[in-house]
Amino acid sequence: MKPFTKLRGIVTLLDLPDVDTDQIIPKQFLKRIERTGFGQFLFYDWRFVDRNQLNPNFEMNQSRYRGAEILVTRSNFGCGSSREHAPWALLDYGFKSIVAPSFADIFYNNCFKNGMLPVQLMEEQVEEIFRRVRRTPGFQLHVDLERKRISSDDGLDFSFEVDEFRRYCLLNGLDDIGLTLEHEGKIRQYETRRSEASER
Amino acid sequence: MRPKTMFEKIWEAHVVHEELGKPSLIYIDRHLVHEVTSPQAFEGLRLAGRKVRRPDLTFATMDHNVPTTRRFLPIEDPISAQQMGTLSRNCKEFGITLFDLNSPLQGIVHVIGPELGITQPGMTLVCGDSHTSTHGAFGTLAFGVGTSEVEHVLATQCLLQDRPKTFLIQVNGKRPYGVEAKDIILSIIGQIGTGGGAGSVIEYAGDTIRELSMEERMTVCNMSIEGGARAGMIAPDKKTFAYLKGRQYSPVDFERAVETWKELASDSGAHFDRTLNIDAASLAPQVTWGTNPGQVVPVDSRVPSPVDFSDPNARKSAERALEYMALKAGTPITDIPIERVFIGSCTNSRVEDLRRVAQFIKGKHVSPKVYAMVVPGSQQVKRTAEKEGLDHLFREAGFDWRESGCSMCLGMNPDILKPGERCASTSNRNFEGRQGKGGRTHLVSPLMAAAAAIEGHFVDVRQYKLN
Repeated sequence: MKPFTKLRGIVTLLDLPDVDTDQIIPKQFLKRIERTGFGQFLFYDWRFVDRNQLNPNFEMNQSRYRGAEILVTRSNFGCGSSREHAPWALLDYGFKSIVAPSFADIFYNNCFKNGMLPVQLMEEQVEEIFRRVRRTPGFQLHVDLERKRISSDDGLDFSFEVDEFRRYCLLNGLDDIGLTLEHEGKIRQYETRRSEASER
Repeated sequence: MRPKTMFEKIWEAHVVHEELGKPSLIYIDRHLVHEVTSPQAFEGLRLAGRKVRRPDLTFATMDHNVPTTRRFLPIEDPISAQQMGTLSRNCKEFGITLFDLNSPLQGIVHVIGPELGITQPGMTLVCGDSHTSTHGAFGTLAFGVGTSEVEHVLATQCLLQDRPKTFLIQVNGKRPYGVEAKDIILSIIGQIGTGGGAGSVIEYAGDTIRELSMEERMTVCNMSIEGGARAGMIAPDKKTFAYLKGRQYSPVDFERAVETWKELASDSGAHFDRTLNIDAASLAPQVTWGTNPGQVVPVDSRVPSPVDFSDPNARKSAERALEYMALKAGTPITDIPIERVFIGSCTNSRVEDLRRVAQFIKGKHVSPKVYAMVVPGSQQVKRTAEKEGLDHLFREAGFDWRESGCSMCLGMNPDILKPGERCASTSNRNFEGRQGKGGRTHLVSPLMAAAAAIEGHFVDVRQYKLN
């Protein structure tokens, strides 16, 4: 996994609460057997009018957001299906961090497994970012995982909370499986204990 | 000793390793696998040169992509066929039991787990599927995971997990006629919202829950994720033990297992982080009007107006939902016309669901304006229903009778809504486009779906009986 330390990037907006993973990546695109290539289908039903035409009314499609790496959205982002295709699609499209007042549990967890940082801020802080992004074309945020701060050139500076272990793994690009296998002895002990208990 | 919740007992019995400031390493007793969320996990194992640690605790089936017609023909969609072929190859390579398309035990993963006795009280069970919460009906700690975690469990039989919070929902009182398990859970989600259970494991308790059959309990636990919860659980009791007795993968020394299962229920006085009380006697059949399962009202009310919501996000969400659903605020729910009916999914496709519906539609016929289909949850459900002649009742009443699978719950196979079509569905998600791009889904109980199929619009099943 690629480490995530700091990011400075253009911000785009998705002004809806409760965005579910069916919207992030609709089911007809879940049949691929790879982890890559999902970006082209991100928010497919909203982003496109038909196969070849972008929906001009979908905010993210405006040219001012081109090259965005940070998505700022509303509460309960990523609810519904556990499909990891959702963070794969967001990453493949170019997002490296998602900012929202709250996230659904499974989606939140899936982001970390793929080197993408979900940042939880307070409702008012997200609202303030929305205001500034709409006012300033090309608005950028700096996301600093080491310092746990999110800031902008025009003076915005918020701190955010993130679980220490997740932060450590993301900063160092650590693979969970590798970490767990360090406890192989304990896993084996547990299995022995359990099978002895059931034979008793 | 300090009284413990059922969740705490199971959690503590599965901790392999704990360290301050780190998530706990939890042992996983059963791992269920399906074709959509597993290919990348197996590929990850291969790339790292890893094996499946416990193929004997891992079970796979094909359900999301499978066609529900003419199983003997080759799969028409080549990409679906590839995904199913990949699962077959992976299971063979890694030595995992697979109930494939042609297996007499094939079915929706959350229907066959309990049906085969793979799901047992006191276990931890995961699957790369959010509706894994279903298995909690047995007093199992069961939750959905992403593909990276599927790979993690395949490789280590463990998961790194932060300890969730506990949430007790007590349902008491006598359910009125026409109020089903589905209505209980829909009304709970309506109250707590789609994010209301975030970070929590729900335990459902109370007289009304004890009265529910095992299949009804599965319906309730199934939709815990729709309230944002990690898992939903119900303490095992005589009904649970009776259900599991004699199943293919049930414990050999069954009586001894039952003795340990009896210890699982939450101790009296155990502390929950949050509680909620529901009066079942006051519930009515529920119908969703919007594009998430929390946007739900009783059948005898009207489509709400965005101005009814004080929270600006909820208001915006309601506006958008009404536009997508092409509904006008103030319309009585029973005036909403229906063109499609889907009876199926891991929420409501078990044999009791089919029996209740078959009994209800006897002597009636599907409206000429409606296309209605019944998709049994598994091949075993299908065979049982056919043995009882339910398929004849369905066909005579004008319902299409299909093969088992996820089908139009998510439309990964050819069963989808056309743009603008409106469906009464017994499934679990009414998200935009869930059942087909532009399709409009109303979530209801099996009885409500059946009544809508016959009348061509929603009806209050409580009064339907009196007529």
